[in-house]
Amino acid sequence: MSADVKDKVIAIIAEQAVLEPADVKMDSTLEDLGIDSLGLVESIFAIEEAFDISVPFNANEPEQSDFDISSVAAIISAVEGLVAEQTAS
Amino acid sequence: MKRVVITGQGTINALGTNVAETWEAMREGRCGIGPLEMRDVERLTIQIGGQVKGYAAETHFNRQQIVLYDRFTQFTLLSAREALAQAGLTFVGDLAARSGVVLGNSGGGMNTLDENYRTVYEDGKNRVHPFVVPKLMNNAAASHVSMEFNLKGPTFTVATACASSNHAMGQAFQLIRSGMAEVMVTGGSESMLCFGGVKAWEGLRVMSKDACRPFSANRNGMVQGEGAAVFVFEEYEHAKARGAEILAEVIGFAMTSDAADIVMPSKQNAARTMTLAMRDARVNPDEVGYINAHGTGTAANDKTECAAVADALGHHANDLMISSTKSMHGHLIGGTGAVELLACTLALSEGVIAPTIGYEEPDPECALDVVPNVAREAEVDVVLSNAFAFGGLNAVLALRRV
Repeated sequence: MSADVKDKVIAIIAEQAVLEPADVKMDSTLEDLGIDSLGLVESIFAIEEAFDISVPFNANEPEQSDFDISSVAAIISAVEGLVAEQTAS
Repeated sequence: MKRVVITGQGTINALGTNVAETWEAMREGRCGIGPLEMRDVERLTIQIGGQVKGYAAETHFNRQQIVLYDRFTQFTLLSAREALAQAGLTFVGDLAARSGVVLGNSGGGMNTLDENYRTVYEDGKNRVHPFVVPKLMNNAAASHVSMEFNLKGPTFTVATACASSNHAMGQAFQLIRSGMAEVMVTGGSESMLCFGGVKAWEGLRVMSKDACRPFSANRNGMVQGEGAAVFVFEEYEHAKARGAEILAEVIGFAMTSDAADIVMPSKQNAARTMTLAMRDARVNPDEVGYINAHGTGTAANDKTECAAVADALGHHANDLMISSTKSMHGHLIGGTGAVELLACTLALSEGVIAPTIGYEEPDPECALDVVPNVAREAEVDVVLSNAFAFGGLNAVLALRRV
């Protein structure tokens, strides 16, 4: 897990949740952090902008998406995957 | 209080260029949604929509009109011409003074905005056409209808996102019912299918890439449409005295605000609005035979709306029919309630319930009779038409067979 991706994603989530980055735990869910559906969509936008990637996420079927949002760790891992794909292509 | 009846209707949308074609498509359960045709479409993630295809403005309007009429105004005028031809009304003297226009619209002249932003931002030009402002303002359509038909009474545009047309028609209904107007030309239009319009919607991540499948368990979002529908609402005695053909009676209207969330719908307030509309119409839930649903095909709307219908209609919710014609013509945003009212007049005057097409898998959270895929013949006396907009603004109309 690259520290760069992890730190940036945590910073984005922390800003959305109005928390200090240190308070965002890897096993936290977005719900734990008080991030609602609009907050999620805004976070995904910020992630896309920060890493210049395209996140496949449809708010109507979050569970069907390849982009796992079940916890902070899952989101970081999904972003790493997308960043790796981007670099490879 | 005066009674209000519908004596004319007109439309252009993805299903047809008039009411007959649209009704035929609704009877056949035909889908008007397809690949979008527009500049830079390859840069869009969402590439489908309920677009009006094969449309040539030059067929209907002269050069002087085209430079002043955005696409949403053109669609409105074509629909108004059809509606007023059917109503057989001409407006002079006192009738002109006591007749007006209330239309729903959300985005205004989006194509005009899109084209002129390109001109100044992308092409780097420092000059735009002098008519940009009168072309893009979202009351332009109402004003041009008023000018073309000499309607000199109350005339304005209502913008409440996806409930705009229902709010507009509710206002028209109340203006006649209260005696302030004799005839109101009402309905709504939208033409947001331009690059910037679709791009903005993509951002919310609620759009489907393949189809609009309201109430189906595998639904994955909404699909935008464009077009207009316009109706002639007329005071009943006035219509009767001149022997006009009456398509349906408008019997009730209610509007509420959730005062809660800018995008998420509220079951409680959707139900409250339907209840208030039935109360305004003085009908009991068991008289309602059909509900034209808001039915956007999003996860959030459809289950909330079905639960709200169950709350507002009680046990009778299981006996009535509810369908979303957005599956066929897409979501016309500020114009959607108007095109959907055509499904209500189809039910009341022709005894045909337009289906919810694209229905593939039952969803236990939407366990109502959604008239899946195939239209149905049924005699219904009272119908409701729902609109629950972003911003938490709800508007429900009630109509009765005449």
